[in-house]
Amino acid sequence: MLELQGITQIFGGVTALNDVSFSIHADQITGVIGPNGAGKTTLFNIVTGIYQQTRGQVIFEGSDISGIPVERLAAKGMVRTFQNIELFGQMTVLENVMVGLHSKSKSGLFACSFKAPWAITEERRIREEAHEWLRFVGIEQLADVQASNLPFGKGRMLEIARAMACKPRLILMDEPAAGLNSQETVGLAELIRKIRDLGVTVVLVEHDMELVMDICDRIVVLNLGQKLAEGTPREIQDNPEVIAAYLGDDE
Amino acid sequence: MKKELIKYAVFALCILLAPLVFSGNYLMNVLVFVGIHTMLAVALNLLLGYAGQISLGHAAFFGLGAYGSGILSTTYNWNPWLAMTVVALVVGGLAFAIGFPILKLKGHYLAMATLGMGIIVYIVFNEWVAITGGPSGFSGIPNLELGPLVFDSDLKNYYLVWSFVLGCVLLSVNLANSRIGRAFRAIHDAEVAARVMGVNARLLKVQVFALSAMICAIAGSLYAHVMTFVAPPSFGFNISVELLTMVVIGGLGSIYGSFLGALLLTLLPEFLRFMHDYDIVFYGGLLMVMTIFMPGGLVRGIPDLFRKITGLKNKKGGAHA
Amino acid sequence: MELGNQLLQYLLSGLSTGAIYALIGIGFSIIYNATGIINFAQGEFVMLGGMLTLFLMETLKLPLWAAIPLAVLLATLVGLLFERLAIRPLRKASPISLVIITIGGSILIRGLSMLIWDKDTHALPPFSSEEPIMIAGATVLPQHFWILGITVVLIGLNKWFFSHTISGKAMRACSYNPRAAGLVGIDVRRMVLLSFVISAAMGSLAGIIVAPLTMTSYDVGVMLGLKGFCAAIIGGMSSGIPTVIGGLILGVLESLGAGLISSGYKDAIAFVILLLILFIRPQGLFGKPESERV
Repeated sequence: MLELQGITQIFGGVTALNDVSFSIHADQITGVIGPNGAGKTTLFNIVTGIYQQTRGQVIFEGSDISGIPVERLAAKGMVRTFQNIELFGQMTVLENVMVGLHSKSKSGLFACSFKAPWAITEERRIREEAHEWLRFVGIEQLADVQASNLPFGKGRMLEIARAMACKPRLILMDEPAAGLNSQETVGLAELIRKIRDLGVTVVLVEHDMELVMDICDRIVVLNLGQKLAEGTPREIQDNPEVIAAYLGDDE
Repeated sequence: MKKELIKYAVFALCILLAPLVFSGNYLMNVLVFVGIHTMLAVALNLLLGYAGQISLGHAAFFGLGAYGSGILSTTYNWNPWLAMTVVALVVGGLAFAIGFPILKLKGHYLAMATLGMGIIVYIVFNEWVAITGGPSGFSGIPNLELGPLVFDSDLKNYYLVWSFVLGCVLLSVNLANSRIGRAFRAIHDAEVAARVMGVNARLLKVQVFALSAMICAIAGSLYAHVMTFVAPPSFGFNISVELLTMVVIGGLGSIYGSFLGALLLTLLPEFLRFMHDYDIVFYGGLLMVMTIFMPGGLVRGIPDLFRKITGLKNKKGGAHA
Repeated sequence: MELGNQLLQYLLSGLSTGAIYALIGIGFSIIYNATGIINFAQGEFVMLGGMLTLFLMETLKLPLWAAIPLAVLLATLVGLLFERLAIRPLRKASPISLVIITIGGSILIRGLSMLIWDKDTHALPPFSSEEPIMIAGATVLPQHFWILGITVVLIGLNKWFFSHTISGKAMRACSYNPRAAGLVGIDVRRMVLLSFVISAAMGSLAGIIVAPLTMTSYDVGVMLGLKGFCAAIIGGMSSGIPTVIGGLILGVLESLGAGLISSGYKDAIAFVILLLILFIRPQGLFGKPESERV
């Protein structure tokens, strides 16, 4: 599904990632974990096209996607969410999800201004599908609320609905449980499983160990810009190197 | 959707019937300018209010439209309608081409670059005397004709200009409520997230820039044919700032707000004729006060104010009871 | 006059206008580095310098040496008020709001000056004799030397301030990382205020020393401000030597262009350069490209 080969990232002389390789298997939930400063977010930004890596390749479904502009990845079937939820604050909840369908619709500037018949049909379809995704994450009753007025937990759900509206085959979530209370985290775990059951591959970078151990099929551990280990949750929990890294044996 | 349609119908009806209530050549003439300013403000609002990209050079596109139409239809005897169409397309194309490098810039840098572009065009209007007539202007531009109908009176021009305005407003409202309009607003709110959703921010910004320039060029053509005379001061930096003021006062991201801004800023100087020189102070003060106290513009600010006042009353009433 | 002498003439007058652009450009950079704002009202401080000096001399009959410092002081006060009344209430606003508010401020200052004084252009008397000096066949007015001399002193002072005083160092810290600067106890808001004060002072002084040559009126600030910004852009928004070089390059190119090509298009030169730099090397002529990070 997704393969990282020898990813190295250097920021002005500082090596943030050093020769990281691993692969993500289709239809699984994979967690990427590691102590602070391990390079998780950097890796995430490279995979999703926001940073350009210094060396190495990202292969998505057999083709090299390094250097492809961010906006083309959605059409290829890859989408992400953000650690500090990036909603379109001035738009309604429903409109946010409708933007998620952007890559799955194509009426242009002129068709839209002149309300061409196909643009009207498409608009109707976008609206209906957006409603469905709101139902999927369970916030349909909030459709007409302005996004910036949502409580954080609901905002997280909206961001996932918006990402799912792109109909991705791979969804990457950057710390989805950050800022959620324990009840919301339980809901999130359920939702992530539901997403996997739709046949969507999930990758999450996460701090919440309980969540990761609970829902992930496989886990990759990063430390100091390098891959430390990978395996099932059980294997990772028993790995002495991982334990040492988390306890900080050099301190 | 239905709400939008009703809003538009009411707006159109008011425009069509206005000449029954307001009459007299002077007032009609002023309303013609309100129409031209509305087109310009709506054009700038699409760029600034929806896509969040500032331009301090929009008067240049207005001027290119006016001079283009004037010169082609007068010096070269083109059919004015043909000239208008060709000029609109050429200005749109030009904006599209310049849009790629210019919209790579953000915020303050974009403001400065568009400002520079505007001033260069303004200097050309002044200096290319052989073609533009230089500082003394370009005169003798013919009125538009439609079969036997010649648009040579204020009332005729009123309907001419406002039918363009109504068309422009309708298209803009449609656009604003479509996937493209949503994509603009998404870019405005969170550009990276919009791109992750597959919105090609770069291309869309350039497209809206070109569209906006094209509307300004058409407004310019209309202006040239209505006035039959154009001169550089109508297309200088001050005009770009005036347009910006209209958009900000009306409300960023509100099409009807732009109409309100254009109406206000065109009528006020007419009523405040006696304080002629003060208008520049007035614009400056208005821009500052609005940005600090009513950043949402009149269309959002007035209802907010109203709510606050009635809210206060209710509170008082509650305290009594 | 033969071509060589003529070129020298253009070069010399270009250098002194360039020095003015440099001073204004440094004003832009100082505010930009402290706040991330490009202050569209920068040119108005320049105008205020010239107009206030004139006002103090003609209306209050002050001698030149007394009028100049007083004019700088008053213009600086306007800069301070501007920061307090317009910029501070908007601290967390979007760049667009900040652009709009500084434009509003600039129009307001310009409009008020027009009302207080008038729409005419005025000349300020030169600082010393009006007798031109001959240098290698070129005639140079003494005022050009005043401009160059004062510019050198100001740039020296500026450099000293930023590298040797506590406030200067604190301001540099703010420009690198305002949050970190705030955490180590630097009063960031005071530094922002200070940046407006310094650039208003520099701008107004620039406006005073150039006024005897180019005349002054309520609207000179627009063009001078924009050209100062162009200098700063060439210099990559540096508040030091690169912007000075930017100003000098611009001044000389303009003077050569006006002399050899056409004086009508003189003003366009600055804006063509501005656009080219922004399109091709937005980091300035001398800067290294920034690695793009989101």
